[in-house]
Amino acid sequence: MGELLLKNLTIRFGSTPVVRDFNLAVLDGEMVSLLGPSGAGKTTVLKAVAGLIQPHEGEIIIDGQPVEALPPEKRNAVMVFQKSLLFPFMNVAQNIEFGLRMQGRQGREIRNKIEEIMQLTELTGLGQRKVHELSGGQQQRVSLARALVLKPAILLLDEPLSNLDANLRQQMRELIQDIQAETRITTLFVTHDQAEALMISHRVGLLLDGRLRQVGKPRELFYRPTDPEVARFFGGCNFIQGRIKDGSYHSEFATVPTPQTNGNGHLLTATIRPEDILISPDPKYDLSGQVQKTNFEGSATRIWVQCKGSRFVILTSGADFSPGQNVCLHLPPEKIRIFPSEE
Amino acid sequence: MKPFNRNIASATLITAVLLPFILLLMWSFSARWFYPQLWPTQWGLRAWQYVFGTAGIQIISGLMQSMLTALVTAVISVVIGVPAGRALGLYNFRGKDLISVMLMLPVIVPPLCVAMGLHLWFIKLSLAETFIGVVLVHLTFCLPYSVFVMWGVFSNYNPDYENQARSLGANSWKIITRVMLPLTLPGIMVAGLFSFLLSWSQYLSTLIIGGGRVITLPILLFALMGSGDRPVAAAVSIVFVAPAFLALLLSARYLGGKSIAGVR
Repeated sequence: MGELLLKNLTIRFGSTPVVRDFNLAVLDGEMVSLLGPSGAGKTTVLKAVAGLIQPHEGEIIIDGQPVEALPPEKRNAVMVFQKSLLFPFMNVAQNIEFGLRMQGRQGREIRNKIEEIMQLTELTGLGQRKVHELSGGQQQRVSLARALVLKPAILLLDEPLSNLDANLRQQMRELIQDIQAETRITTLFVTHDQAEALMISHRVGLLLDGRLRQVGKPRELFYRPTDPEVARFFGGCNFIQGRIKDGSYHSEFATVPTPQTNGNGHLLTATIRPEDILISPDPKYDLSGQVQKTNFEGSATRIWVQCKGSRFVILTSGADFSPGQNVCLHLPPEKIRIFPSEE
Repeated sequence: MKPFNRNIASATLITAVLLPFILLLMWSFSARWFYPQLWPTQWGLRAWQYVFGTAGIQIISGLMQSMLTALVTAVISVVIGVPAGRALGLYNFRGKDLISVMLMLPVIVPPLCVAMGLHLWFIKLSLAETFIGVVLVHLTFCLPYSVFVMWGVFSNYNPDYENQARSLGANSWKIITRVMLPLTLPGIMVAGLFSFLLSWSQYLSTLIIGGGRVITLPILLFALMGSGDRPVAAAVSIVFVAPAFLALLLSARYLGGKSIAGVR
């Protein structure tokens, strides 16, 4: 069992609030990512759950029990830090058994558990190694094993992959995903890497400036952001203005049928992802524009197009475009996401 | 470096370090050795017979007194130095600069002044001519070193190790014994060794505060040297150096930059 409930969490450093009115429920067996740029307060939330920081307001409830009064060592939540922080005066097996020893357990019982967890984290046979003889990836796996062996209700991972190189990071992501699926351990995962968050988690919470802006399945955040800042974080860069009238959103670039009525008559912002805009060198669409700049990015090309006084960014795998070229664009109405009024 | 050059370098180093000891050894085994001669004209065991025989009991009790004083001083110095160094290394607080200057004072001010000044107070507090008084005056010289060493260790210390241990279920006591002390052990050894050696070689402060009642080895040594018997003085010097040298050898693996650098 492992259910985590955070209610109205507010944490300040001095007088500046780092986390404000933070509400989140993590269900049993779920893997939730907290995503946000550095300094958004992600790690602070994690440390508060672990008990290493005391929140100024709000409640932290693990499995129905409020835990604010409990010291970190009594909470059933274990944190894995960004640095592997292995104790250098112990070997791998001793590091992994540290938590069990702190619980006063010894002998055959813990030996079996360590064997089991080392197999799970692909560390079999490395038990007697010195910590400094391990590679970066192995160290991070030991650090993970050290937390997993305790079978905590909540596992807190603070950017455990950010010190690894790209290939290793991908392998570790998959490993963490597999382990999580196998053990069904409730996990709160902190990262600044959106691809990582989208790939690894059941749900993602986006944290900007200490506020949780949107929580949902990875696809929801990616395709249906609730406000322009969320869209911007996920690489959205095309924003248009328009008004809702008679069941449609009218903009000079597209008309989108919508059931939305709030903010009727107000100027509303909408967004479309760069890969959703259709671009063609032939005049087959109704919007015409001029290519300003192109950027080859491997699997796709990023194109900046000036169109009716606005600049659109388009990602396409299509044929070459060059600056100065006249092109035409189409913004498919079903791909346009209208943000609710801010009033 | 080429092997040949390296040999020369190590030979020079060893000679430079060992030469005084060789001379001391020669003096202690000589019976007659006068100025123009390069070599003792007559060898003998008279000095060593004196050290282990005639003055044996005196020297052994001096040795014990010195050992006890140095050990107690070193232990107290570390026990105070670790928390003080931790506070200075990990936290920022008002008056930190002032404290660092205060800590340097006993090192800057000549020991004679410190000992003379403290003597008046120690008489009032009836600490003069006592073991505790001598340990206290030794501490005024040892503490700055152990605090500075531990300050350096803790300013390179990552407190997240403790947070990690805490999150893994360690209580405060276990964090100290299982995490903090092992992580800072090399630094602690250096601080302890510095304190031990400093206390071991104290003469003036022991003389003033101990007032001839606390007879450590240096006090005895100076008395013997004063008598002008060089072979005996040489033999006692060797007895005096040996334990300090031994302590240095035993803790050699903790010395060097790595230990003071601490754990990142």
